[in-house]
Amino acid sequence: MRPIPWEVKRELLIKAEEETNPDYGCIPEKRPIKDYIKYGVINLDKPAGPSSHEVVAWVKRILNLQRAGHSGTLEASAGEIHLCPAFFQSPLKKLQRSYNPSS
Amino acid sequence: MGKDYICIMQLHTSVSENTLKAVLNEFIGEIYQRPPLRASVKRQVRIRTIYYLNLLEVQSNLALFQVGCQSGTYIRKLCYDIGEALGCGAHMKELRRTRVGPFSEDQTLANLYDLAYAQAAFSGEGSETHLREIIQPLENGLALLPKVYIRDSAVDAICHGAHLAIPGILKVETGIKPNTILTLFTQKGEAVALAKATMATEKIMEQDHGIAAKTIRVIMPINTYPKMWHTSKRVESSKNKSKS
Repeated sequence: MRPIPWEVKRELLIKAEEETNPDYGCIPEKRPIKDYIKYGVINLDKPAGPSSHEVVAWVKRILNLQRAGHSGTLEASAGEIHLCPAFFQSPLKKLQRSYNPSS
Repeated sequence: MGKDYICIMQLHTSVSENTLKAVLNEFIGEIYQRPPLRASVKRQVRIRTIYYLNLLEVQSNLALFQVGCQSGTYIRKLCYDIGEALGCGAHMKELRRTRVGPFSEDQTLANLYDLAYAQAAFSGEGSETHLREIIQPLENGLALLPKVYIRDSAVDAICHGAHLAIPGILKVETGIKPNTILTLFTQKGEAVALAKATMATEKIMEQDHGIAAKTIRVIMPINTYPKMWHTSKRVESSKNKSKS
């Protein structure tokens, strides 16, 4: 039987050590707010009723975003936990599709 | 991505709790499932894994249960199949998803009102705090995939679509096998790309050269980190030729 994906424990092995240059990049939590939203996801409590598609449209309108997506549809009548990546190209949906738990 | 649901199932006749429990237990593990009529995928029988299926409460003909399953499992269909197995028939009455991969009903869960309030606080008073509480970095969404941390010098090459070579690797998580989808991170913890491993963790630790993973999806924009790779002389000269 396959392990439950969220219970798999992994260990981090060190192959080499190196310092990172503070001049480039940014710790995700410290991104400037605009980038933070652009590269963000929301753990959203979708009410029963509206479809995921509608909810994404609302999120886009609330945050004034060009692009946003979600990572899985449930029937409109079902309440759900669902993510709205407020992502500039919203690849999260693709990410999750490409995640093959069997490998 | 694994999912977890809480579901109310309507049984078409009353069934004893023990019978119901016994039948539910039969559905744990690998099951065959044909997607329902209204489905977003091709309707052919597929194998899905049910990690657990716990009966929480029975009230007359209603059964409340919690199920953990592989993505692509239709719960409406699962209820129908349970009804068939019981012999009395059943259907799904209510459903709530309580987990998607790394996200569950914890303190990060927010509703649309919270979001609208946070956005109003931001556009009105310029306060970022609430927005930063509700929105999480996309890296959190990748938490269940194995991670590989890479050198600064490898980042921009990956952003341009290059595959990950062994010398660029600093840290690697256990449990990687060939074809595992993994995430490449900078040392600051930013996601650079998704890649498909070509070797296992052990081999990555042993080897000192070769391609360890093939980039399949770049997340970070190019030029976030400096370009540290050199174009070969032959490419340079051919570039010059095409210019002249």
